Amino acid sequence: MKAIQTNQLTKYYGKHRGIEHIDLSVEEGDFFGFIGPNGAGKSTTIRTLLGLLTPTSGSAAIFGKDIVGDKLAILSDVGYLPSEAVFYNGMRVKDLLAYSAKLRKKDCRQEAASLCERLSLDTNRRIGELSLGNRKKVGIVLALQHKPRLYILDEPTGGLDPLMQQEFYQILRERNEEGATVFLSSHILSEVSRYCRHAAVIRSGELLVSDSIENLGHTGVKRVSLQGVSAVPDIPHISSTSFSDGCARFLYSGDQTELIRALAGLSFTDISITDPDFEEVFLHYYTKEGQ
Amino acid sequence: MTVFLQELRRNRLALLIWSGAIAVMLVITIVIFPEMKPQMSEMEDMLANMGSLSDAFGMSNMSFARFTDYFATECGNVLGLGGAIFAAILGVGMLGKEEREHTAEFLYTHPLSRTRIVLEKLLALVAQVVILNAVVAGASMIATAAIGEEVDWGVMVLMFVAYLLLELEIAFLCFCVSAFLKNGMGAGLGIAIGMYFLNILANLTEDAKPLKYLTPFAFAEGSYIIENHALKAEYLAVGAGLSVIAVAAAFLRYHKKDL
Repeated sequence: MKAIQTNQLTKYYGKHRGIEHIDLSVEEGDFFGFIGPNGAGKSTTIRTLLGLLTPTSGSAAIFGKDIVGDKLAILSDVGYLPSEAVFYNGMRVKDLLAYSAKLRKKDCRQEAASLCERLSLDTNRRIGELSLGNRKKVGIVLALQHKPRLYILDEPTGGLDPLMQQEFYQILRERNEEGATVFLSSHILSEVSRYCRHAAVIRSGELLVSDSIENLGHTGVKRVSLQGVSAVPDIPHISSTSFSDGCARFLYSGDQTELIRALAGLSFTDISITDPDFEEVFLHYYTKEGQ
Repeated sequence: MTVFLQELRRNRLALLIWSGAIAVMLVITIVIFPEMKPQMSEMEDMLANMGSLSDAFGMSNMSFARFTDYFATECGNVLGLGGAIFAAILGVGMLGKEEREHTAEFLYTHPLSRTRIVLEKLLALVAQVVILNAVVAGASMIATAAIGEEVDWGVMVLMFVAYLLLELEIAFLCFCVSAFLKNGMGAGLGIAIGMYFLNILANLTEDAKPLKYLTPFAFAEGSYIIENHALKAEYLAVGAGLSVIAVAAAFLRYHKKDL
């Protein structure tokens, strides 16, 4: 079963584009990363899936249920972490956690206690006194304490220190192994490549690509560096060029035999042709069609 | 009723302060009456010469040496305006505040329908206005009984009912504003104070009289209640109509609103 399936999902804010014709598909049990620069439409997609925004056109389903017609059934199955973790400032953490559990008509005390312990969150503090990182932890506990089938996490690690990030991903992995689906948006590529199995890239409101992390890394693009040349050679299909101390570096996205042919006419002292790392590939997606 | 109870808990301090402040002011107004009474006849002569000004405040045909008349006028200013401002501030924050402070994202991603949440918030608003009026009415009646003046209890009860209805109408109008504006504080206070002055304006000249249909302060005017032992049905009907429209508009708006 698909955990998330969208069909030409489109959201306009008046005349402003939010997202356009998004076709996204996430299998149940997946660990899915949703990547894109700021303002690309990540949060718009997520907020539409959760029923906070009404889609302009297109449709979407979560566990086969329509996001407009079956909203309540969906919300019982979902744990959502908003990118800005803002809650009622005057409330104590434990009261907020209890309030959320009560709204869900579930007893989450045991799970909440264990999560707060692991994230070292003091539940007696008032929300207003908490630092950004600690408020984020409150958001994480709220999204996880009722053990939903699907986690929708909007930029989950902002504000968390590296140790907490590690603990947080450890908890997510455990939940994922128990069968839950994780869908997280991020612009931190290293964390997506490290933890996710599949990923989709969104830019300017459009879905560019959606595939496994492995396939996304093998795009046929090569990183080339040439030692002992006087300038970056004039070859078609190159990008991200740099030149210093007689060393030219660039990404090549054309036909590879063409590359060898073009290089054959140059004189250089050393050459390396490698696969670019994951981040370079994504930067390539981010900027490709904008140029 | 989780949202309802949470709203009451969250606002209990403000409710306590407002109820306490208005009750204390009314009790003071009541307790000083026996001392004021001898001076009231002088004041009456003065008021008789002020013509349209006493009309404006609904004070013509009133005798301040009688407790019920005195109370009806003073009560109108303290409980009417004070309660209306409380109802406006509360109503106008009910929905919009969650959007402004980004807590809407928390609340509306729980498995409760929007209609349910809006309904519970509306009930919390009504409950708080009712509690404030119950506290104030209770304290006023005890103080009235204590000073031992002759009083028409029927009129007093009717007046408290009228003020409650007035505040509820203001609350409903502001609740509607709250469904449309994230920060409607200015609009809310404008409605409460504007309605008060609209009634004064309507009392000033015969031409402006139709304005009385628009403002809930019209049916809470003491002189009519004392004279007729009733609230004016036409004004009440228009107020009820406006309230129904405002609440319906709030529900419709929130059904599909982007949060």
